Amino acid sequence: MSEPSTNGSGYWRDNMRLVGICLAVWFFVSFGCGILLVDFLNRITIGGFQLGFWFAQQGSMYVFLVIIFVYAARMTVLDRRHGVREDDENAPQDPPGTSS
Amino acid sequence: MELQTLTYLIVGLSFALYIGIAYWSRASSTGDFYVAGKHVHPVANGMATAADWMSAASFISMAGIIAFIGYDGSVYLMGWTGGYVLLALLLAPYLRKFGKFTVPEFIGERYGSNGARVVAVICLIVISFTYVAGQMRGVGIVFSRFLNVDIGVGLLVGMGVVFTYAVAGGMKGITYTQVAQYCVLIFAYTVPAVFISLQVTGVALPQAAFGAEVVEGGGYLLTKLDQIVTDLGFAAYTDGTKSTVDVFFITLALMVGTAGLPHVLVRFFTVPKVRDARISAGYALLFIAILYTTAPAVGALARLNLTTTIQTGPVFEETANLAYEERPGWFRTWEETGLLAFDDKNDDGRIQYYNDANPEFAERASAHGWQGNELTVDRDIIVLANPEIASLPDWVVALVAAGGIAAALSTAAGLLLVISAAVSHDLLKGVFTRGISERRELLAGRISAAVAILLAGYLGYNPPGFVAEVVALAFGLAASSLFPVILLGILSVRVNKQGAIAGMLTGLAFTLGYILAFKGVFMPPLAENVAENWLFGISPEGIGAVGAMLNFAVTIAVSKMTPAPPEEIRELVERIRVPRSRP
Repeated sequence: MSEPSTNGSGYWRDNMRLVGICLAVWFFVSFGCGILLVDFLNRITIGGFQLGFWFAQQGSMYVFLVIIFVYAARMTVLDRRHGVREDDENAPQDPPGTSS
Repeated sequence: MELQTLTYLIVGLSFALYIGIAYWSRASSTGDFYVAGKHVHPVANGMATAADWMSAASFISMAGIIAFIGYDGSVYLMGWTGGYVLLALLLAPYLRKFGKFTVPEFIGERYGSNGARVVAVICLIVISFTYVAGQMRGVGIVFSRFLNVDIGVGLLVGMGVVFTYAVAGGMKGITYTQVAQYCVLIFAYTVPAVFISLQVTGVALPQAAFGAEVVEGGGYLLTKLDQIVTDLGFAAYTDGTKSTVDVFFITLALMVGTAGLPHVLVRFFTVPKVRDARISAGYALLFIAILYTTAPAVGALARLNLTTTIQTGPVFEETANLAYEERPGWFRTWEETGLLAFDDKNDDGRIQYYNDANPEFAERASAHGWQGNELTVDRDIIVLANPEIASLPDWVVALVAAGGIAAALSTAAGLLLVISAAVSHDLLKGVFTRGISERRELLAGRISAAVAILLAGYLGYNPPGFVAEVVALAFGLAASSLFPVILLGILSVRVNKQGAIAGMLTGLAFTLGYILAFKGVFMPPLAENVAENWLFGISPEGIGAVGAMLNFAVTIAVSKMTPAPPEEIRELVERIRVPRSRP
C-alpha cells in the first residue's frame, strides 16, 4: 500500500522544501512588490511603468506562471528520483469509486 | 449585413458549435458525468479551467472596474491569478491522486465523517448558487444589449443551451464545450484590445502598450493618465485609495478563495495523471493570464480615451469641454442603452466630467461655473464599447457579444455540474441511499442538474437584490470554509474530524456574520460599511482571509485536544502524497 516510510518522507520533505521556496517567491512578488513595497518601488520607473504598479498589474502574474511551470518540472524530476513516477504504459488507473 | 443580423449569426453559430460538441461527447457513465472519465489532456483541461473560471464579470466588467479604480484594481488581478499557485502547489496533485469525484467526497473520506461531508456540501451549494445567479444574469444582459431581446427571453435561450450540454454531456460535454468557449472568448477579448492599443500608442501588444508612449502629444500612457485624472480631481491612476491593509487582505481572500472554489478544484479531477494536474494548473493560469494581463491595459487605454474625448484641452479652459452636440457616434449608441448618461447641470451645452466628491476640487470647479459632474459612465462600457471606439468592423462587435455569452455560459455550466454532483453523488449516494445503482445515480445527477438550471434561471430573472453584494460572500466562504480543511487534510496526518467540522463551522459563521453585518442581506446592516467600523481596517471583501486563519487555528487546536485519526486515515494521507505507490 503505502511507501516505505523513509522513502516516502524523503520525497515529501523535498517536495515541501520546494513548495516553501516557491511560495516565498509567490508572496514576495505579489504581497511584497505589489502591495507592501509598492510606494517604495514606484520611485523606480522603467519605460512608462512605475515598478511597483507594474508588479501589481503585470509582473506578479508573469512570475506566478513561471512558479507553476518550474514547480511542475522540478516535481517530475523528484518523482523519478524517488521512484514514485507514474508509468506511461501501465499507469495505475484507480477505478472510480475504489481506493487502491 | 446589418449588425443585428450578423450578431444573431455569430452567436447562433457559436451555440450550434457548443451543442454539436455536446452531442459528440455525451456521458455514458458516472465517471464521464462527474470527471469526464479522467481522460482530459492537461492543455485542454487548462483551457476548460480558464473558461470555467473567467465569468461574465471577468469578461465584461473587470477592465471597466480597473479603469475607474486604477491601482486598487490590482486586488482582482493578483487575487484571481495568485490562487492558481496555491492550487498547483498545494491542492490539485493530491486531489487528483485521491482520484474520486467531488470535493465533499474528499473531505468526507479524509476525515472519516459523513458530518464533515454534509457541511462541505452545504458550503459548496451556497458558494455555487451565489455565483451562478450572477452568470445567468450576465447571459440575459448580453442578450438584451446586443440582440435587443427581453432579458427573460435571453435567459431562456441561455438556459436551453446549458441544459442541452450539461444534462446530456455532464463533465465530459462541459469540458469540451468550455475549450471551444475559451477560444471564442479570448479571441473576442484580444482583437479589440490590440486595435485600441495600436490606435492610442502605435504598439500592438496591449501588455506593452500599457507602458508605451501615446501617439497623440507624446508622453507615457500612465504618466499622462495620472496627470489628466488628477487635474480633474480624481485619485492618481497608479495610486489608488484603499488602505494597504485592506488591499493586502482582499488580495489574500481572493487568492485563497480561488483555490477553494469547488468548480475550479473539480476540474483537476479530470486529468489522467498527478503530474498532469500540476502542469494543467500552469496551462490554466497561462490561458487566464492572456486575458488578465490584457485587461489592465484595456482599462488604462479606455480611461484615457474616454477622459480626453470629454476633456479636450486644459481643465477650466472654456472651450476645453466637449460640446454635447459634437459627441462622437459611439457616445450616441451607448447613450441609447443607458450605459452613458449626460445631465447638463449648468446648461452650457458642454460636458463636464470630474470628481465632484472631492470637496477641494469641487469648490474650485464651482468657481468656474461647473455645477457637478454631468456624465454618468457604466463601467461595463469599457469592454462593450471598445470595438466601436476603435472603429472596428461589425463582425468584431458581434464577436464580443458571442464572447460575453461564452464567458457566462461556461462558468454557469461548471457551477451547475458541481451542484448536481454534490446532490447526486455526495448526498444521495454518499449519505442517504448508499446502495443506489450507477444508472440511477447518473439519472439523479441529470435531474439535479436540470433542477439547478431552473433555479439558477429563476435567480437570474429575479435577482434577489443582493447578488452583486454577495460575490464577496462566495469567495469569503470558499476561503474560510473549504480551503483550510482540504489543505490541512493533505499537510497534516494529525487533524481529525472534530477539528475539521469545528474549523469549517467557525470559518463559515465568522465570515458570513461579518459580511452580513455590513452588507445587510435579508436584514438591515448592523453597522455602516465604512473603514472606521471594520475589524483591523479589513473590509467585508477581505474578511475571508481572516476567516481562513480562524479555520486553520480552530481545526489544529481542536484536533490537538481530541484523539488522533485512525490508522486507515493515516494510510490515505500517505497514499495521496505520492503520485504512485508501489503495490
